Amino acid sequence: MAITRSDTGIVGYGAYIPRFRIADSEIARVWAGGGSGPVEGKAVAGTDEDTITMAIEAGRNALRRAQLDGAQLGTVWIGSESHPYAVKPSGTLVAEALGCRPTVHAADWEFACKAGTEALTAGMGMVSSGLVEYALAVGADTAQGRPGDALEYTAAAGAAAMIIGSSAKALATIDATVSYVTDTPDFFRRADRPYPVHGNRFTGEPAYFHHIEAAATELLHEIGAEPGDFRYLVLHQPNAKFPQVAAKQLGFRPEQVAPGLLAPRIGNTYSAAALLGLCATLDITEVGERIMLVSYGSGAGADAYALTATEHLGQARDRAPRTSVYLAREQSVDYATYARMRGKYNLG
Amino acid sequence: MELAKHWRLKGARYRLEGARDRRTNTITFPPPHFSGPDDELVILSGRGEIWSWSAVENGLDAWGGRYLVALVKLVEGPLVTAQLTDVDPDAVHIGQPVEMVTRKLRDLGEDGLLVYGYKFRPLLE
Repeated sequence: MAITRSDTGIVGYGAYIPRFRIADSEIARVWAGGGSGPVEGKAVAGTDEDTITMAIEAGRNALRRAQLDGAQLGTVWIGSESHPYAVKPSGTLVAEALGCRPTVHAADWEFACKAGTEALTAGMGMVSSGLVEYALAVGADTAQGRPGDALEYTAAAGAAAMIIGSSAKALATIDATVSYVTDTPDFFRRADRPYPVHGNRFTGEPAYFHHIEAAATELLHEIGAEPGDFRYLVLHQPNAKFPQVAAKQLGFRPEQVAPGLLAPRIGNTYSAAALLGLCATLDITEVGERIMLVSYGSGAGADAYALTATEHLGQARDRAPRTSVYLAREQSVDYATYARMRGKYNLG
Repeated sequence: MELAKHWRLKGARYRLEGARDRRTNTITFPPPHFSGPDDELVILSGRGEIWSWSAVENGLDAWGGRYLVALVKLVEGPLVTAQLTDVDPDAVHIGQPVEMVTRKLRDLGEDGLLVYGYKFRPLLE
């Protein structure tokens, strides 16, 4: 599905990253007798944090940048694969915390790591059709990784919130989007199971790379653009290597990817990963510069977007903490503390 | 399970809903159980400073064992008792600027409610 004409844009954005970090070398010390992993370390939610609390802080930051009150939001949509309840929406609680009216539309979305951009595309539809003036779409996760599994080295925590509104008020217009999905079983978690399973190398070529590259290529084709037309590229980032390889294969240069590449420092924040990369990129983008954003969710699919920064972005970015503020407040923890924070001890 | 009790407190817990007396302009937080005819709801900013604090060394398991608790003087006036989060004991001081964050307060067990509400942390730079 390609939408090549859009009168919507991002009117507010907000990041959240917990302050705790565990180094991959610390995980490797416990499970592999030493060594390293696919990222330097990953962000870990504290014992009092989860998808709901992180979504609330990211949402508050987005409202500040948009200079909106929660009561003005028409939707509060939370995309995640780690909603705290199996049955009981995260969206209602987030909506109340943001000061929304009870007449807001609140819901939870699920599509592995692209649940947040699903809500973003749906929000574009709600705003474009005039059904709501502002739509809030959040991607947030406290990702699960089985102890000792490859996923444990990257499965991280974070949240990013986007408020969609008319392009006239936008900090960045959303000029076009393409969604590309196939049934590809690269990663899944059955109901009531605590940890997901993954297809090891099968998660690469037929899954991440195929969908990201197909969505991005289709978007470029639809809008008649080339990689060089974009100042920045932000990709879903399950590790440090995948997005850099995909960017190169698409014809983008490393400096286009660098500002939005957070995975080497904080790991894979799942539903938040691409949107957090977008937050970090919007923090530095100048008026008129274009950004390509491509999310990826296992199962599998990718959403690609073309955005252009407007003259409103510069004055909005410091109304809330920049992504770099959250990146900088690192508190490193050892494996034993991390295991407690993630509830991995069986207390009998 | 005290579901109704937690539900009744959500305005104060989730968004610092307090009460303002229109005659005296006095702000009360949490709002009184029975508001008077001159009371109106007001959302507090969540900004304030640490008025006093202490470490609870032997806290209830449900509260996460050891934790820091503070009396926070909100910019609107009220003094609020709350846990501190994202801060180490050696980095806390009286007069420190803090801001409200919404966090998980209690987990009432596998078949119980997750209780959310306000805590305070040092103001992000």
